[in-house]
Amino acid sequence: MTTPMKKAFRRGFRDCSPFVAIVIPYALLFGVVARDAGLAVYEVMSMSILVIAGASQFTALALMQEHAPVFIVLLAALAVNMRMAMYSAALVPHLGKAPMRLRVLMAYLMVDQSFAVSVKTYEEEPRMPLEEKIAYYFGCVLAVCPLWYLCTFTGAMIGQAIPAHLSLDFAIPVCFIALVAPMMRSLPHVVAAFVSVLGAILFSWMPYNLWLIVAGCLAMAAGAQMEFYLERRAKRA
Amino acid sequence: MIEKETFWIVTCLLGVGTFLIRFSFLGILGGRALPGWVLSHLRYVAVAVLPALITPLVLWPPATGGKTDTARLIAALAAFLIGLKNSIVGAVAAGMGTLYLMQFLLG
Repeated sequence: MTTPMKKAFRRGFRDCSPFVAIVIPYALLFGVVARDAGLAVYEVMSMSILVIAGASQFTALALMQEHAPVFIVLLAALAVNMRMAMYSAALVPHLGKAPMRLRVLMAYLMVDQSFAVSVKTYEEEPRMPLEEKIAYYFGCVLAVCPLWYLCTFTGAMIGQAIPAHLSLDFAIPVCFIALVAPMMRSLPHVVAAFVSVLGAILFSWMPYNLWLIVAGCLAMAAGAQMEFYLERRAKRA
Repeated sequence: MIEKETFWIVTCLLGVGTFLIRFSFLGILGGRALPGWVLSHLRYVAVAVLPALITPLVLWPPATGGKTDTARLIAALAAFLIGLKNSIVGAVAAGMGTLYLMQFLLG
């Protein structure tokens, strides 16, 4: 690595490191909750290594505990990860010319925090050379991803030591609420979340957890429609 | 309990599927732009699915046999209010803290 690349790598690491405050407790919690759900330590680790996407792992875990059909579990968990298709598209102008093997690795390690930090920096400094952008990206990732594995493992190891009266069953919804609340940043997001909750109540009679898919689709459409409506209104004004 | 077979099928396919989502544009589709209306829908996928997923867990928690539990409702509300201020860790702490407090107060 050249000196500017090393510098970019270290800068990425530094810029992304405040997010450890989110990643550590979140990963610990996943480890604990997954053990609580009856998974073995190696199973918990397999999931964290193969998937590395917290929200979808919690989703899959919650639905598997309810004995939802595999198809529904996958559909819901993958839907939660669909946002990363947007990340992938947003990274193309900056990293699209990187060698294929690096792009494979970048894709595997793509997480919310490192994406947000790196794209912000690329957009602020469009002249950054490709090698430095690559080094910066891996710096960001290194601040977050190893901790995800390590803390999942720690959580899984201490998991069974936590007594039942601590009501850890409720850690999953609380974690999701913590994740969703900051998303309420625009009216369409609020509308989507509202329709989502309403749909979950109205369609709760549906078999095979289909209520989740129906509520999700309706809420997604509601969010998008609200966005279109606001755009049309802004144009008219 | 989660059945072993279900777990491994879900974990492997979720791993592959998630990778393909991440790899999609960066690896396969390249610079091809998505139509605007698709992007507009993708933006809301997470916020459309997660609240629906939480709702029954909060309203009808499995731990109480599906009976609505005041302590859990208040805890969920506390987590949400703190979460609005953008602190994920604070929201989790507030949620679980409130739950313990309510369970202590309500007996």
